[in-house]
Amino acid sequence: MHELTLPSRTQTTRAATAFDVERVRREFPTLDVQLNGRPLVYLDNAATTQKPVAVIESLARFYRKYNANIHRGVHRLSVQATNEYERARTSVAKFLNADFEEIIFIRGATEGINLVAQSFARPRLRAGDEILVSHLEHHANIVPWQMVCEQTGAKLRVIPIDDRSDLELDALPKLITERTRLVAVNQASNALGTINAVDEIVAAAHAHNVPVLIDGAQAVSHMPVDVRALGCDFYVFSGHKVFGPTGIGALYGKRALLDAMPPYQGGGDMIRTVSFGKTTYADPPQRFEAGTPNISGAIGLGAAVDYLTELGVERFAPYEDDLLAYGTELLSAIPGVRLIGTAERKVPVLSFTVDGVHPHDAGTILDQLGIAVRAGHHCAQPVMERFGVPATVRASLAFYNTRAELDQLASGVRKAIEVLG
Amino acid sequence: MDEIDALYQEVILDHYKRPRNWGAPEHCDRKADGHNPLCGDRMTVYVDLDGERIADVHVDGAGCAISVASASIMSETVKGHTVAEAQQLFDKFHAVVTGQTGADANDPALQKLAVFAGVAEYPARVKCATLAWHTVNAALSDQGDTVTTE
Repeated sequence: MHELTLPSRTQTTRAATAFDVERVRREFPTLDVQLNGRPLVYLDNAATTQKPVAVIESLARFYRKYNANIHRGVHRLSVQATNEYERARTSVAKFLNADFEEIIFIRGATEGINLVAQSFARPRLRAGDEILVSHLEHHANIVPWQMVCEQTGAKLRVIPIDDRSDLELDALPKLITERTRLVAVNQASNALGTINAVDEIVAAAHAHNVPVLIDGAQAVSHMPVDVRALGCDFYVFSGHKVFGPTGIGALYGKRALLDAMPPYQGGGDMIRTVSFGKTTYADPPQRFEAGTPNISGAIGLGAAVDYLTELGVERFAPYEDDLLAYGTELLSAIPGVRLIGTAERKVPVLSFTVDGVHPHDAGTILDQLGIAVRAGHHCAQPVMERFGVPATVRASLAFYNTRAELDQLASGVRKAIEVLG
Repeated sequence: MDEIDALYQEVILDHYKRPRNWGAPEHCDRKADGHNPLCGDRMTVYVDLDGERIADVHVDGAGCAISVASASIMSETVKGHTVAEAQQLFDKFHAVVTGQTGADANDPALQKLAVFAGVAEYPARVKCATLAWHTVNAALSDQGDTVTTE
C-alpha cells in the first residue's frame, strides 16, 4: 500500500478549508441570539458550550415520547428509557475507546474527581502519603484532594509550571516518590489552554506503579481522546463542556480498579440485595450510580458525543488551531495586551490582561458589544497567582466560532482601552 | 455605545483615572480591609473620627473602574457626615445599585452616588460598587478583620 505523505501544513490547510463553519453554526440555535440588537459572539466555551439541535431534540424526545424510570420497570416505556440510557453509555464508551462497564455517569467532572478521591484514594491513603497534582489545575482537581488529605493525613504535592505555562515535567522524577499514591492532572488547562503531555505523566507515574487520573473537561471538545492509548487509570469529563446538557458527565475507570472500589453513595439501583443484616453491591457501573440518575442528561450526552463523532474532531481541530493562531496574532498586536499562557500546544483559549483595564471592566464592555467572555480567576487561583495577576479576560473558542468573531473581540478590546485606558 | 456610556459615565471614569483621597494616611482612627475574592480587588479604608462625625476618609488599593470610582466617590460623600448618616447613605446607595423596588436614584441625598444607578443592570458588578462601602462600614463598626463581598 502506498502511503500519502503530504507535509502536515498542507494537510492542515486542506482540512481547514474543508470545514464548513457556516453549516455547523446553523445547528446551534443560541448562536442566532441577538443581544441589544447585536448578534451574540459567544467566546465562553471553556465555561460551557452551546448545544446543537441534535442534543436539544434528544432531551425533548425523551420527555415527550418515553419518559420513564430505568432499570426497574416491566413496562415498555421503562424498557425504552433504559435502552436509550444504556445506549448513551455505549456512545460515551466508544467516544473514549473504553468498555461499556468502565463508564459511570456522574454530574460532571467535579463529581467524578470527588468519587475517585473518596472511593479509590481515601481507603488507600495513610498519613504521609502523597497525591500529586499540577499548578495548572482547576479548583475541582485541587479541593477534592485537599479534602481527602485532611481526612487521611496525606499531603498534596504540585508539579510546577514555567513562564509559558507548560508543566515542568523535568521535576517529575523528584515529585513521584515511594509515597505517591495518585497523580491527578488535567489534559488541557481551563484558565490558559495549555495542553499537557499526559502521556509522559502517565509513563512516569506507571513506572512507579502510581495510578493517574486525567481531568479531560477542557480536552474532550478539542481533541480525540483514547483512554486505552493514554493508559490512564481514570478519566473524567463534563457533558456541558462537550455540547451536551448540564448536570451530566462521565467517569472512566479501569475495570479492575472500579471492581475493587467501594460505592461512593448508597441508595437504590446500586445494590444486588439488601437486608438489614447485609447489603451486597452491584457491579460497576451500577455500583456508582445510586438513585435515579440524570436519565435525560445521559441521553443528551450520548447525543452530544455522537454529534461530535460524526462531525469528526480530526476535521475541526485544524480549523480551531487556525482560529487560535489568528486570535493570538490579533490580540498580540494590541498595545497593552498581555497574553497569559503561551504554551506550544494549546486548546483554543486566549487568556489575557490589558494595561489600565481591569478584566471585569473589559468583560462588561465586551458584553455591551454582544461579546461573551469570562473575566475572573477561572476557578484556578493558583494559576493566577503564578502569573501575578488577580484575574484575566478569557476568550475560549469552539469549532463554531469564526475569524470575524475574533475581529470583533479585538475591536472590543480596543474600545475598552479607549474608554478606560 | 449608549450602554457603555450609561455605565461608564464621565464622573465614574474621572474618579477611576484620578481617584480622590487615595493612598494610606499617616494617621487614622479606624481602618478596615476589603476584598472581593471573585476579581481579586483589594482595598483598605482609613477613617478619622471627630466624635460621631467622620472627619476624614482615605482609601488605598486597586480594582476595577467601578470599585475604584465607587471608593473615591464614597470617600468624598461620607466625609462630614455622622456614622449614622453614612449608614443611611449606604442603605440608599445599596438599594439603587441592586435595583430594589422603590429605590430612587434621584434622591438628592445621594448626590454624586446617583451615577452608579447603571450598575443595577449588571448584577455581576454590584459587588464592585459596594466593596468600598462594606469596607468603610467595617472600619466604622471597628471590625478588625478583612471584610469580603462573599
